Amino acid sequence: MDFKLTEEQQMLQETAERLVRDVYDFESRSKFSESEAGFSTAFWQQMGELGLTAIPFAEELGGFGGSGVETMLIMEQLGKGICLEPYLESVILAGGLIGQLGSDAQKEELMGAIASGELQAAVALDELNSHYDLANVTTTAQQNGSDWTLSGRKGVVIGGQTAGKILVSARTAGDSRDEQGISLFLVDPAADGVSRRVYATVDGRKACELFLDNAKGELLGEAGKAFDAIRYQSGRAIAALCAEAVGAMRATCDLTLDYLKTRKQFGVVIGKFQVLQHRMVDMISELERATSMAILAACLADDEDSAERSAKLAAAKFIVNRAARFVAEQSIQLHGGIAMTWEYNGAHYAKRLIMISHQFGDDDHHLEAYAAQLTGA
Amino acid sequence: MEIHFSPEQLAFRDEVREFLKQELPEDIAQKVKLAKHLSKQDHERWQKILSKRGWYAPGWPVEHGGTTWGPIEKHIFDEESAAYGAPRLVPFGVNMVAPVIIKFGSEEQKATYLPRILDGTDWWCQGYSEPGAGSDLASLKTRAVRDGDHYIVNGQKTWTTLGQHANWIFCLVRTDPEAQQQRGISFLLIDMATPGITVRPIITLDGDPEVNEVFFDDVKVPVENLVGEENKGWTCAKYLLTHERTGLAGIGASKAAMTNLKRIASKQQKNGEPLIEDALFRSQIAEIEMSLMAAEMGTLRIVAAASEGGVPGAESSILKVQGTEIRQTITHLMRKALGPYALPFLPEELELDYDGELLVDDYAASPAPQYFNMRKLSIFGGSNEIQKNIVSKMILEL
Repeated sequence: MDFKLTEEQQMLQETAERLVRDVYDFESRSKFSESEAGFSTAFWQQMGELGLTAIPFAEELGGFGGSGVETMLIMEQLGKGICLEPYLESVILAGGLIGQLGSDAQKEELMGAIASGELQAAVALDELNSHYDLANVTTTAQQNGSDWTLSGRKGVVIGGQTAGKILVSARTAGDSRDEQGISLFLVDPAADGVSRRVYATVDGRKACELFLDNAKGELLGEAGKAFDAIRYQSGRAIAALCAEAVGAMRATCDLTLDYLKTRKQFGVVIGKFQVLQHRMVDMISELERATSMAILAACLADDEDSAERSAKLAAAKFIVNRAARFVAEQSIQLHGGIAMTWEYNGAHYAKRLIMISHQFGDDDHHLEAYAAQLTGA
Repeated sequence: MEIHFSPEQLAFRDEVREFLKQELPEDIAQKVKLAKHLSKQDHERWQKILSKRGWYAPGWPVEHGGTTWGPIEKHIFDEESAAYGAPRLVPFGVNMVAPVIIKFGSEEQKATYLPRILDGTDWWCQGYSEPGAGSDLASLKTRAVRDGDHYIVNGQKTWTTLGQHANWIFCLVRTDPEAQQQRGISFLLIDMATPGITVRPIITLDGDPEVNEVFFDDVKVPVENLVGEENKGWTCAKYLLTHERTGLAGIGASKAAMTNLKRIASKQQKNGEPLIEDALFRSQIAEIEMSLMAAEMGTLRIVAAASEGGVPGAESSILKVQGTEIRQTITHLMRKALGPYALPFLPEELELDYDGELLVDDYAASPAPQYFNMRKLSIFGGSNEIQKNIVSKMILEL
């Protein structure tokens, strides 16, 4: 039982914190968001140079062998700055999936590039009607000799607008909601039969719909057997999102507290009103809950797959989603009119906090998952 | 970072489990698990067993009969005790007045009172709240006037938990009515057998004689019963409140209550199936269990920080609020699980020697009264609103 960071972890935390603080002021973020890429390619490059994109990978794959705790420390800082870079999508998910399923040749080809940030990858797991159920896959893949071709539509591929490779889940056997029969493919976005509709997301990122029409894909792992890896890696993504949410919540609480201490109405700073003080304490209380669960998730994220790991990760995301919504909504309420404006930083935190619950499962999704595994006494 | 216990801590946990398996009387555990009434003798029996093992006062310094346990060991012990159905220790002697005496008392007071707490000779109760001094404790009016070698005490205390069993009471009394509120208060130890003391039971809304009013009418208290300096009693009270607050999240008790809830929900039926199979009810159990998991992690973070020498501060106020709300929600779900059978009021079935026919089952008589009884959790130990004031002031500096 020990919640302290090692010296190396503290250094990592400081590195990430400094980088985010130096680059991610509000005006810069707006520019990154409005740019064609939708994020800062220079910041992405810096993350690579500082080794942040290599942290979770094994040393033989060009990484630092970091655990869920190291990932948590980075994601928390990215959350504090509401950074737009597809770290989760490229490093945690694409890197994690290739590491788990890829052949030696595929790892050789891709992992070093992902670890250095040279290759920015994305994952296409959601579909129009999948509603967080990653086993609900209707996109199909067909084999012709040694080649596979994919057809279907994948949705809300964050970072897909710039990705060099997109990992696509497609069905090679079974019915549309079977866990068996799902395969993963590496798709080159420039290949024939691939088209993208790029759009902005509510929280200031960019994403795309991916339309596949007999597009060529390279099989990753064994055909029909990708779901276990998808579930496992989505667990790591949940832990990472929890940490990002904690960072964004902490920044939101700081902003709100600062506002309570400076904004005057009725001749006093509004932080003197008990009803607002208690609301602020409730926000801190939710932040504490979320922090506890983000730590739990980080410590479990890289454990072996098990029902207990899945249940606790579901619990973590449930608690964090709920906390994030509370903090976002109350922050807007305590700020009043100013938080309703595009030009106020806090509004963008609120948007990211809410949108985190739309990635890898909202409250209902995780409540249902947790409830399903309960047993009587 | 490591969220698991170390091998040494796990070995300690096994030792505690073994002790509880061997020594915790089955009839007492049964009463606790079914939320039945515990008698004074039940409490005393368990205290004696703990005392014999040297585990009744683990938080005390070793020279007074305590242990070398750190915060993590204490946490493990509390958790396991709750899981096995050990009674929650009546805290007023061992965990409230004793820490104050150890911190602020004279050598003579330590030598007099601590052994008698340890061997169960004395049963202490708390004289803090008054009819006009609840959350605003510092407005208390019970007066102690110095008269030679004695204080003459007049006034009234209330909400004195299990005062009917007590032979000693520790009181906050006003010794300087001119001073600003907190400054004129003293911490006084009073023998309940002193002439002029009257104890009157207050029946709580669940029908239990759990709390009392205590009246003081020209009660003569020797000056050597003053703890710390005169007019510095508030320092003792504040010290005690932070001591008290850490355990108030009640994680162990809530985990035991979760087991009870699942048991009830497995036995009660809805639509021809156990209630726990009902999607709506099941999701409510799931939700509170996840909140409990978060509060448990929060507690472990505080406990681990404390084991590194950190002093639990206002974070424990946050956990008090979370923990008590969770416990209240669990009792709300237990009550709901009974459907219309939450209505029958059957206090006689809560006595373990009841040998009549049970109206429903052994679990059915307690949830509704318990639900009402547990409303106290967010009121006592500094109401949850007071806790929020503390956080607002201490952490947020608002």
